[in-house]
Amino acid sequence: MTDALSLEGVGAARGQGTIWTDGTFTIPTGEIVGVIGPNGSGKTTLLQMILGLLPVAAGRLTVLGEEPHRGNRRIGYVPQNYTAEIGEAIRCRDLVTLGRTGTRWGLGGRSGDDRVKVDAALAAVSALDVAGRRVSQLSGGQQQRVAIAQALVGDPELLLLDEPLANLDVRNQHEIVELLDTLRTTRDVTILVVVHDLNPLLSILGGAIYLLDGHAHYGAIGDVVDGELLTHLYDTPIKVVRTAQGDLFTRS
Amino acid sequence: MIHVLADVGYQTNWLEVLRTGFMRNAFIGGTLVAVASGLIGYFVVIRRDAFAAHALAHIGFPGATFAVLVGIPVTAGLALFCITGALAIGGLGKRISDREVSTGTILAMSTGLGVLFASLASENTNTLTSVLFGNLLAISHNQIRTYALFTLGFVLVLAVIARPLLFASVDPHVAEAKGVAVRPLGVVFMVLLALAVTMAVQVVGTLLLFALVVTPAATALAITARPALVVAGSTGLALAAVWIGLVLSVMFNLPPSFCIVSLAFLAWIITLGVTRPRRRRGSRRAIVSGQGVAGDHHHPAPVELTI
Repeated sequence: MTDALSLEGVGAARGQGTIWTDGTFTIPTGEIVGVIGPNGSGKTTLLQMILGLLPVAAGRLTVLGEEPHRGNRRIGYVPQNYTAEIGEAIRCRDLVTLGRTGTRWGLGGRSGDDRVKVDAALAAVSALDVAGRRVSQLSGGQQQRVAIAQALVGDPELLLLDEPLANLDVRNQHEIVELLDTLRTTRDVTILVVVHDLNPLLSILGGAIYLLDGHAHYGAIGDVVDGELLTHLYDTPIKVVRTAQGDLFTRS
Repeated sequence: MIHVLADVGYQTNWLEVLRTGFMRNAFIGGTLVAVASGLIGYFVVIRRDAFAAHALAHIGFPGATFAVLVGIPVTAGLALFCITGALAIGGLGKRISDREVSTGTILAMSTGLGVLFASLASENTNTLTSVLFGNLLAISHNQIRTYALFTLGFVLVLAVIARPLLFASVDPHVAEAKGVAVRPLGVVFMVLLALAVTMAVQVVGTLLLFALVVTPAATALAITARPALVVAGSTGLALAAVWIGLVLSVMFNLPPSFCIVSLAFLAWIITLGVTRPRRRRGSRRAIVSGQGVAGDHHHPAPVELTI
């Protein structure tokens, strides 16, 4: 089985500016992996390179055994808080359907297969009951579910989520985390989650990509959740506390 | 056409007037324009690009007066300036409402140029009035032929790109990742909008353009969000505004632009009055159900908090 991601000396750049270099690691399939690092460290840039939206500045990046390329149907993508921009214009069901039919030219109708897939994706995130509502009428947590349904409708092998927990309250964060855990086990999908706070995801993460001092690293979650490393990463004192429920880290 | 106050009022001969050749031209021309405006309006509204429609109308204004000055058809001048403007705006790739100051400045300059060209041409006031406020009754056979070609091409292109354009409009980041050519589609959309604006200027003028290109679509979108129904509703409302507006203008000897704009406005304000309160109730329900009920906590492990 090929790895979900494989990096050999990969560097990321935007325009003339180098963002990070020397990323050499592999991510096995079936993991949930966090992508962490301070603001501006190149987390979203990594997603864009995987999606083929930005060229790989250096080294060799392999995505599901292929070169990264735009329009890769094996990847599902949920950008950062993008449902907020969609608002009034469209119903949840239409948004999810576009994830499947939106690249087709012409007016040809949706096939029965499309409908089945859209229903399955909405059901997978427990959003069937709000499918007929406009995106703007949903709560933040429901919007995030619908966004994930749109990414799932193409049956992706790799799911990229950019800050899926941003602007959600604790309960909704917890529900999205449970959803990701369920998806990993039921759908055989590798999930990359960009987060600024690891805490809510600690129980489900297998590892984390961390962008530190202009370099990209990957470590198993037990190695990443380390006071010294996190203090260095976020440039502020961080303490890791071990409790009966698991680890959590706190800013001291 | 100059209306003296005394002329305004119920016209007993309105049925005869409706049967005249120029009225028939006005109905055919108005129908073609309403179809194009209603169709593009959906995309204008969901892209939140209403300001672009407004901008193109203003960029077209000097085109129309320039055409009169050099003696080419007004439609040609309008189309030339609108399409050039559309390519420039589309090429920038950003929503022009994000750059309102620079766009506004360029619009003011365009309008100034339009006034200059109009004053240089001898028959200035007539042209100026019909470009600014529309003159559907003056539509010619030649214009109708041109409009028919425009609308046909418009509908064909839109039918091919509708779905990817919808995807790129509501969800540009994901659409791009899925391989949709978001920027080229944006340019094609702007050119289609330029064609619709070129035609709609004849009907309602640059100043009232919103009423045909934006308002019917906004009204339809307030009623439903199903894409096919919004497109049908938007086109139907634009057609109704043009047809009923023309009849009313003949019946009461009022400017057609005024009647068309008023009908579009009425439909919009009534729709908002009916749907807004309902929508607000709907979203409140959504929020309440999202919060869940006390005692509904099915998570065994406590949620861990960062202090």
